[in-house]
Amino acid sequence: MPRKTLAEFTVEFLQILDEDGNFDADLEPDLPPAELLRLYRGMVRARELDQRMLKLQRQGRIGTFGPCTGQEAPSAAAALAMQKDDWFVGAFRELSGRLLRGEPLTNPLYYYNGWEEGNVQPPEVGRRMLPLAVVVASQVPQAAGLGYAVKYRGEQSAVVCFLGDGATSEGDFHEGLNFAAVWQAPVVFVSQNNQWAISIPRAQQTRSRTLAQKGIAYEIPCLQVDGNDPLACYAAIKEGLDRARAGGGPTLIEAVTYRLLMHTTADDPRKYRDEAEEQEWWRKEPLLRFRKYLEAKRLWDEARENALRDEVRAEVDAAVATFEETAPWPPDRPFEHVFARSEPHLDQQRREFLAGLKEDADA
Amino acid sequence: MPKLTMVQAINLALQQEMAKDDRVLILGEDVGVDGGVFRVTEGLQDAFGPTRVLDTPLAESAILGTAIGMAVAGLRPVAEMQFSGFSYLMVHQWEGNATRMRSRTQGQHTCPLVVRMPYGGGVRALEHHSESREAVYAHIPGGKVVIPSGPRNARALLVAAIRDPDPVVFMEPKHSYRSFREEVPEAEEVMPIGQAQVVQPGSDLTVVAWGAMMRPLLKAVEQVGGETGASIEVIDLLTVSPLDSATICDSVRRTGRCVVVQEAPRSFGVASEIIARLNDEVLLYLEAPVKRLTGYDVVTPYFGREKAYIPPLPRIVRGLRETLAF
Repeated sequence: MPRKTLAEFTVEFLQILDEDGNFDADLEPDLPPAELLRLYRGMVRARELDQRMLKLQRQGRIGTFGPCTGQEAPSAAAALAMQKDDWFVGAFRELSGRLLRGEPLTNPLYYYNGWEEGNVQPPEVGRRMLPLAVVVASQVPQAAGLGYAVKYRGEQSAVVCFLGDGATSEGDFHEGLNFAAVWQAPVVFVSQNNQWAISIPRAQQTRSRTLAQKGIAYEIPCLQVDGNDPLACYAAIKEGLDRARAGGGPTLIEAVTYRLLMHTTADDPRKYRDEAEEQEWWRKEPLLRFRKYLEAKRLWDEARENALRDEVRAEVDAAVATFEETAPWPPDRPFEHVFARSEPHLDQQRREFLAGLKEDADA
Repeated sequence: MPKLTMVQAINLALQQEMAKDDRVLILGEDVGVDGGVFRVTEGLQDAFGPTRVLDTPLAESAILGTAIGMAVAGLRPVAEMQFSGFSYLMVHQWEGNATRMRSRTQGQHTCPLVVRMPYGGGVRALEHHSESREAVYAHIPGGKVVIPSGPRNARALLVAAIRDPDPVVFMEPKHSYRSFREEVPEAEEVMPIGQAQVVQPGSDLTVVAWGAMMRPLLKAVEQVGGETGASIEVIDLLTVSPLDSATICDSVRRTGRCVVVQEAPRSFGVASEIIARLNDEVLLYLEAPVKRLTGYDVVTPYFGREKAYIPPLPRIVRGLRETLAF
């Protein structure tokens, strides 16, 4: 009755483009120039909006928000790898991917100014996108259910589900992965490991050497990628989507990235981490290296960069103007869409609320 | 008309809805091969296959979480919580997601799903198997809470719940699962959600209950009515949320007296809400304080002591007499 090895596991790491712009031509995904430029533009739009929102927040023109700066690569790459009918299930740091899927620039402005308008997508964008997942990891089982449904209906579509590093400690993460694996649901789970869950560093979140290896327990193919390398993110997500469509079930990808700014504008990273660590990661951020890559491919130069930045900033200006000029929904809008049909008690409360508002205004 | 237990009647509703609509599927622990621990889903996996009757891994949050994904994608999942006592593991999915999906997307995505769960005491079950916590779900906006009291209304309400465009918690009084039979028509029967039923008209006192409390209440009404000659109107709530205030208030306007009977603990419960609505609408018609006969605000006693805690017949009888005599 010997003690013997039943199984051995390995965890792979993928990087195609490093922080200095060096790339591996053998691993380089086959993306046409227009797609590469679309990817870059998508990341720049998210960065510019993020930076503007930071200013607006400091000026009191929007409320608290969670910046995405530095994490533009994984979800932008996903948006590129996805098909129109695939489901996009985000957490709350996938601005670049959401914008690339067609979310208007005004949505985050509305949302982070405390208006429900910002969670509602134009119909063609929202039809295969869930709203933000603020309750950490609760989106993971939902993605497994979406995956089950598309498989049940014989669709060729798949699901990409984002989560953070902290989410891997939640029960819903493990339950959702387990269900997806048992059902062989066509879902690509992407954990954006940005090293920090508010003030808790990655090393304190889990003893696991990688987050990717958490897939092994569920017999889910897993891979760690350089999450600041858009090419590696794209290749990994595309591989996961291809596997999903071919009936190979779910994939777990750990995208190693860094939250360059605060968790939300309500906290101060100086309380829990060194500036030197941030500076190190600013050197590795995704836009810098992707620009170098595009320049090496002779697709980009200083003039084009300046033109793009000007164009995107004007677009952001216009979005801010629209957001600040447009009247939000009326105050009683939350009474709508509670149920498919309103109910007498809601109608009564709505009348009472509106009458109270009128009295307050008249007083 | 066949006479069915509540278990058989719920099974009939599931079977007929699944036959009619291939978007309807069942998921939960032991619901397939085993047919559910109470046999509610017996035979359905044989009839519809394992892709429509899913024996899931053991995880309540993911059962609802995946059901939400399925519902958003256009299916009509009926999820089973093996016991309501285990359902708290899914409450965040209910509160944070199922009940908000419609509002958060302003109707672009919806969650037409049902979560069935046996609740309540009276079957000598282990701890965590006997609670009555409908108020937990009723308190949360955007979801509905339905509690049938007998085989016939269980079948007709479950059909409505499956077809409802919004998420429904369907709480099944397990004490009534097999304790009596009723005639249940084979042909489709649907009862509207959100509507209480006057099961016996009367003019001197209104009594309101739901679920497993209906049977002892009806006995008490018969006894007290016989003794006193009082004419007692009995309302079976059937839907806890949205609460049918109109039916209760109309009745109390006529009778001036009301007793609410609930198995659940006293405080912050459905009885309290009914009394608050009566206070809002019919205070000046009241001839007596509205009484609530309830469980107590203690951890649900193990079955060795539960009989004295779930409002027993003599306590209900006393309560009705007191309110009539006030």
